[in-house]
Amino acid sequence: MAATQVVRSEWTKIRSVASTVWTLSLAVVVTIALGMLISGLSANEFDNMSERDRLSFDPTFISFAGMSLGQLALIVFGVLVVSNEYSTGMIRTSLAAVPRRGTFLASKIAVATGLALVVGLATSFVTFFLGQAMLGEHRAEIGDPGVLRAVIGGGLYMALIAMFSMGVAAMLRSPMLSLGILMPFFFLVSNILGNVSATEKIGRYLPDQAGSKIMQVVTPVDDETPYGPWGGLGIMVLWVIAALVGGYVTLRKRDA
Amino acid sequence: MSRFSVGGMIELEGLTKRYGEKVAVNNLTFTVRPGIVTGFLGPNGAGKSTTMRMVLGLDHPTVGDVRIDGKHYDQLKDPLTYIGALLEAKAWHGGRSAFNHLLCLAQSNGIPRSRVRQVLETVGLTAVAKKKTKGFSMGMGQRLGIAGALLGDPRILMFDEPVNGLDPEGIHWIRNLMKSLAAQGRTVFVSSHLMSEMALTADHLVVIGQGRLLADTSMADFIERNSRSYVRIRTPQRERLLDVLHTAGTTAVESGDGTLEVDGSKAEQIGELAARHGIVLHELSPQQASLEEAFMQLTAESVEYHAHADTPRREQRQVQQSWGNEWRRS
Repeated sequence: MAATQVVRSEWTKIRSVASTVWTLSLAVVVTIALGMLISGLSANEFDNMSERDRLSFDPTFISFAGMSLGQLALIVFGVLVVSNEYSTGMIRTSLAAVPRRGTFLASKIAVATGLALVVGLATSFVTFFLGQAMLGEHRAEIGDPGVLRAVIGGGLYMALIAMFSMGVAAMLRSPMLSLGILMPFFFLVSNILGNVSATEKIGRYLPDQAGSKIMQVVTPVDDETPYGPWGGLGIMVLWVIAALVGGYVTLRKRDA
Repeated sequence: MSRFSVGGMIELEGLTKRYGEKVAVNNLTFTVRPGIVTGFLGPNGAGKSTTMRMVLGLDHPTVGDVRIDGKHYDQLKDPLTYIGALLEAKAWHGGRSAFNHLLCLAQSNGIPRSRVRQVLETVGLTAVAKKKTKGFSMGMGQRLGIAGALLGDPRILMFDEPVNGLDPEGIHWIRNLMKSLAAQGRTVFVSSHLMSEMALTADHLVVIGQGRLLADTSMADFIERNSRSYVRIRTPQRERLLDVLHTAGTTAVESGDGTLEVDGSKAEQIGELAARHGIVLHELSPQQASLEEAFMQLTAESVEYHAHADTPRREQRQVQQSWGNEWRRS
């Protein structure tokens, strides 16, 4: 069975359900709108900031502030792409057509990740430019050192979040269970762990905390993070690999 | 001449599936052959669907093996072109249109897009091809499942309870479809929990109960062995009647409870014969063992979910009689 056949089939699947369109549009709109809002507020706030905060002021990173909420829509996208197969019973038809489970899962993830990457990169660039427009005189330029890396990194981050969600969904199968774990984790738990000083050191190794380092251009004052932007993305990639391996093993071993 | 001269065999060998303590399928060994409709019969919960899922490689056998033309399912290149299956219940995304559902299956197996339109036409869903499948009735759902099975023009077709949810017209259609597929030389393997349904369509019969093989026989043999009609007689003058019957060239068999059973004669003839010789009869009743009864007897010990014991026995028998008779009428 040629993998290209399966990839084409997965593309038909993903483009023919409504959830793809609404989850991805939500990710785009939320990320851009919230990014613009926070950029605008930050610009107004700049004059009242302490010297320390001004030194840490990172216009690029600020314009990506909307991603903290936008990523939730990408999580829903990733979870639904995989777990819809189980909740609808489609998985039996799918695996009867493509019995090589590795080929099946790899094709599905490749297609969904490709789509998330395209949407993520576009969102990232739009968010950056609109955010910088809101920041006015405090803005960064795309040609500034590290900025292009951060903007492209924003797209990679979105694709990786979707991949991680797909891996988790392949392990858990149920959409409700997967969302019930991933949404609070990324929205609350990770933030809490990362901001409480006692758990900060652990928190910075969580996928979203590590991965979002790629969008940072200005290193905050007193920052002790032991990895750089690419190191952080690398940590996130390790999480993604772990989730995907877990998902593959589950799919391989269990009855459909 | 059949279209397919070689291939089309499903071979099960010692196939066993355990879920913890519970044995769903127990050491099944049989072969499904091309050119005929093979009925896979068993009460609900007998393990039919589990067996079919193992054929497709969806469930992994605990012990044993199942092969399609000597290969494991996951070794088949473009499996939909070897074997098409209609699985129980709906097995698709309700938000996708019928056309797109079939298109993604076709693409995964290198089947041309034109074939999707063809099978939609065959099952009569062309008019609703662009509609989301969640609005489909159960009968339309069955037709979509059958379209998926036919998609790869496979030499083996496997249908799990295909008449479920179909209206009489649909049932008629699927019966004819299965027969014509077999007549083309294809292998048709169809499950049902209704003997009457099998009697109408199947040429060969595999019966299971509680996961175990109970019978693997041709339909003709099964009918011959299990559908005899006879006349039951009770008389205080047994010896005289036996003499008279013997003289008339009729053989009577003594059954356990002291009654006589005569095969292949009309009750009227025996009654008149007895009257001519002045023999008293206490009972003279035509009897018919229905196929449904034979099936019930075969599976009686293995039925997992018994009906309530206080269900009126006679009512049950009447229902069975009419089911069993159905195959004769048509």
